[in-house]
Amino acid sequence: MISAKLTIWDSLSKDLYRGLIQDDRWKLYIEGTGVTLLLAVVAVLMGIVIGVLVAIGKFYGSRRAAGPVWRAVAKVCDFYTTVIRGTPMVLQLLIIYSLTVWSKGTYACMIGFGINSGAYIAEIFRSGINSIDIGQTEAGRSLGLSEKTTMTRIVLPQAIKNVLPALFNEFIAMVKETSIAGYIAVRDITKVASSIKGTYFISSPLYIAAVIYLVMVLLLTRVQKRLERRLGRSDRG
Amino acid sequence: MIEVKDLCKSFGDNQVLRGITETIEKGEKVAVIGPSGSGKSTFLRCLNRLEEPTSGEIWFEGQNILAKDVNIDKIRQKMGMVFQHFNLFPHLSIRQNITLAPVNLKLMSQSEADARAEQLLDRIGLLDKADTYPAMLSGGQKQRVAIIRALAMNPDVMLFDEPTSALDPEMVGEVLDLIRELANDGMTMVIVTHEMGFAREVATRVMFVDEGVIKEQNAPEEFFSHPKDPRLQSFLSKVL
Repeated sequence: MISAKLTIWDSLSKDLYRGLIQDDRWKLYIEGTGVTLLLAVVAVLMGIVIGVLVAIGKFYGSRRAAGPVWRAVAKVCDFYTTVIRGTPMVLQLLIIYSLTVWSKGTYACMIGFGINSGAYIAEIFRSGINSIDIGQTEAGRSLGLSEKTTMTRIVLPQAIKNVLPALFNEFIAMVKETSIAGYIAVRDITKVASSIKGTYFISSPLYIAAVIYLVMVLLLTRVQKRLERRLGRSDRG
Repeated sequence: MIEVKDLCKSFGDNQVLRGITETIEKGEKVAVIGPSGSGKSTFLRCLNRLEEPTSGEIWFEGQNILAKDVNIDKIRQKMGMVFQHFNLFPHLSIRQNITLAPVNLKLMSQSEADARAEQLLDRIGLLDKADTYPAMLSGGQKQRVAIIRALAMNPDVMLFDEPTSALDPEMVGEVLDLIRELANDGMTMVIVTHEMGFAREVATRVMFVDEGVIKEQNAPEEFFSHPKDPRLQSFLSKVL
């Protein structure tokens, strides 16, 4: 009985050694983690830019007094979010890559994930903008501020604060969703782990990758909490 | 100063204003009263085009503000507005609430605007709150800040949309006191209100809006003592 336990422990530690330490393999994980984070950060930053623009387009297009131009813009934005949210991300990635404009898979990933993230972030921002009382806009406009200034100085800052938890959730989700980058041979953390596993027939790399994702997500959650606390200063009564 | 000609406003099939023609002179304090749903708030909100009139004309300081080529932002700078629910900007400090518009519109430098904000806050006894956020103020304090936020733009006329309706009873007095002060300083104002005593005391003219038209108007003494319109008589008997 005792010897059986020892054997399990023995093989586990041997697996770990071979998966992590032998031949400086840990360096591969660090590189993979770097790629994963880079992809997630670029995707979400791109997503935020796209998302804000699309959300504003939809918001102005949905107003009662919207002109034909805003209505057309809103239609295009609707089409974009519908298509992106209605098809699998792997497929979107493969399609983007197949356009072969990108010499490297990494760029295809950044563009693909960014476009994908933008659709979800657009919905987040749209609900954020809608959550701000119309009285805020009226107060801004009645002071003589333009529509644009009222949006950028009064509505958006409050909307961003409201959507921050959802936005961070999107970022956290994106960190994990970039794991499909391996489909087009980009060496993110999942790809690194699975190729080590495939080479040496050990499963420890998968667990190592899982722990790395978990640590990243936990760290991000902490940043999220801190940010929310800072933005919540004006709420204290 | 403000000339309204045959103003109509509909929301879909619901005709809220059915032809209002009215002139408001500089220095007048006009109180607008009427039952809820009568169109009195809509009338006020049309004056600075927060509501887009369906038809009619509104002239402000010699300009037709419904004209296509008019810069409504420029006109609104001269028309301060105070809302029932204050509408302070919760993400900005009290000081920033007051200085945002004048600085952004390049009417004042930041330091000029700060000085003006401090002077106004001092006037209402809230200078020590300058760097706190709206959430830390009472309702009455919020509304007084909202009033000086509008004042910081040096408007020619102030529009009040039920400024005390959302306040706890014990805070109504401080807000009315401030409005009364402005009135005594000669500010032109239009006030939609349910405070009959206040209307009687401060207004130079009281208007009864009902069913989308001005049913009756008069100097406050005559208006309240000898109402002629039967709807006004029944309204006053309910609220007085």
